[in-house]
Amino acid sequence: MVSPPPVPAAAAASVAAAVPDPELPMVTVADLGILRQVREDGGHVTVTITPTYSGCPALAEISADLSRRLRQAGYQDVTVRTELSPPWTSDWITPEGRRKLAAAGIAPPRPAGRLPDGGPVPLRLTAGPRPVPCPRCGSARTRETSAFSATACKSLHRCEACDEPFEYVKEI
Amino acid sequence: MSEDDDEYGAYQALAGDDDDHRWAFGTGFTDPLQGVDTTVPPGVDGPSLATYCLMLGDDALIYSHRLQQWATRAPELEEETALANVALDLLGQARMLLARAGRADGSGRDEDELAFLRGEAEFRNVRLVERPDADFAELAGRLLVFSTWRLALLGALAASRDPVLAAIAAKSVKELTYHRDYAAQWVVRLGDGTDVSHARITAGLAAVWPLVDELFTPHPIELGLAGTAADVRALRGEFDTVLDAVLAAATLDRPQAVPLAGLGGRTGRDGLHTENLGYVLAEMQSVARAHPGATW
Repeated sequence: MVSPPPVPAAAAASVAAAVPDPELPMVTVADLGILRQVREDGGHVTVTITPTYSGCPALAEISADLSRRLRQAGYQDVTVRTELSPPWTSDWITPEGRRKLAAAGIAPPRPAGRLPDGGPVPLRLTAGPRPVPCPRCGSARTRETSAFSATACKSLHRCEACDEPFEYVKEI
Repeated sequence: MSEDDDEYGAYQALAGDDDDHRWAFGTGFTDPLQGVDTTVPPGVDGPSLATYCLMLGDDALIYSHRLQQWATRAPELEEETALANVALDLLGQARMLLARAGRADGSGRDEDELAFLRGEAEFRNVRLVERPDADFAELAGRLLVFSTWRLALLGALAASRDPVLAAIAAKSVKELTYHRDYAAQWVVRLGDGTDVSHARITAGLAAVWPLVDELFTPHPIELGLAGTAADVRALRGEFDTVLDAVLAAATLDRPQAVPLAGLGGRTGRDGLHTENLGYVLAEMQSVARAHPGATW
């Protein structure tokens, strides 16, 4: 390569924060709380991300996308690292992220609540006792049709008022 | 960069010839423990920790494969999606645990080497996970037993002396909570359903019950890792409480079964398996063995 690398035009943190999630492109990795830290040290950028679910196949995509966009922004030396602890919780989705999800017809998660410390995890033998409000019409007359959906982080619901199916980002 | 570039850049790049390794197009999986400090803590035996992580990783890997075999065969689309999600979570857990094993024993073996290039006797999974399900009821019964046990086990491991194992466990607990609820709700629905569904889930639980005792029989490797590994004997109480609650709601009796024998005390954790594991490995490993080191 003969030409010098381009001079970074934007702070690495803002470049990284603007990367969209590959499965939920209406929100960014920062909106979802997947982006944990961006550190600039001289010319070197270290980005720390965390998986939502253990098997989420989007994580490799997100990692590649972060490197590519930072390189395009002029950062040639980028490391993306994973951090597992503390585990991701849906509580880390920002208010802006929740607004964007709802606007796209995906119900944002309710507070996850704490798992009992050290004690056994309570068993749930019936579908969610509190119905998720419909992101379209706002009705509370909805039911869960499946605790799992097209991506690991969502469940499937149906609104009995407007008769539309919708997805919900599960609280974990 | 314009809005449009931003929106489509990720998709255009899939077809580009840059140096990105994209999961959508090939084998470019990143290391699941990339950037994680995998130093073995002082006082913990690295090779033992590696073997223990293989045990936990193999349980998840083999069971994930069995669940994947239900894809296109589930009774409803919702169940298909649910089982694929459960399998995916377990595969993710397996990847991290196998990667942790390869670092802890100093061998540097990666997850692919451990998953695809080990023989049957080197797999350390419990025998519960290697057997195929006769029908959907047996699937629900096995998933209830497995996820109840694994949730209790990884719940205990969230306090492991190995911080990597503790982090993987804390993450997995959230996923397993959903798996157990899903299985429990199906066992109740089948048990408290029609005569046919009641008979099917009774038979399904009877088929998996001989494999339950093995789950709570500690292996010498586990006993030698006090504070790092969990003592499975201590988990039986939680398991029984959960199973009793589910069985009561499902109008089912607790199955009575003679535990499946080992050979000279050896069972799945020692690499002694039923003939079923060979079929799983033949399917799971065939491409990797036929084309060593292949990428696409």
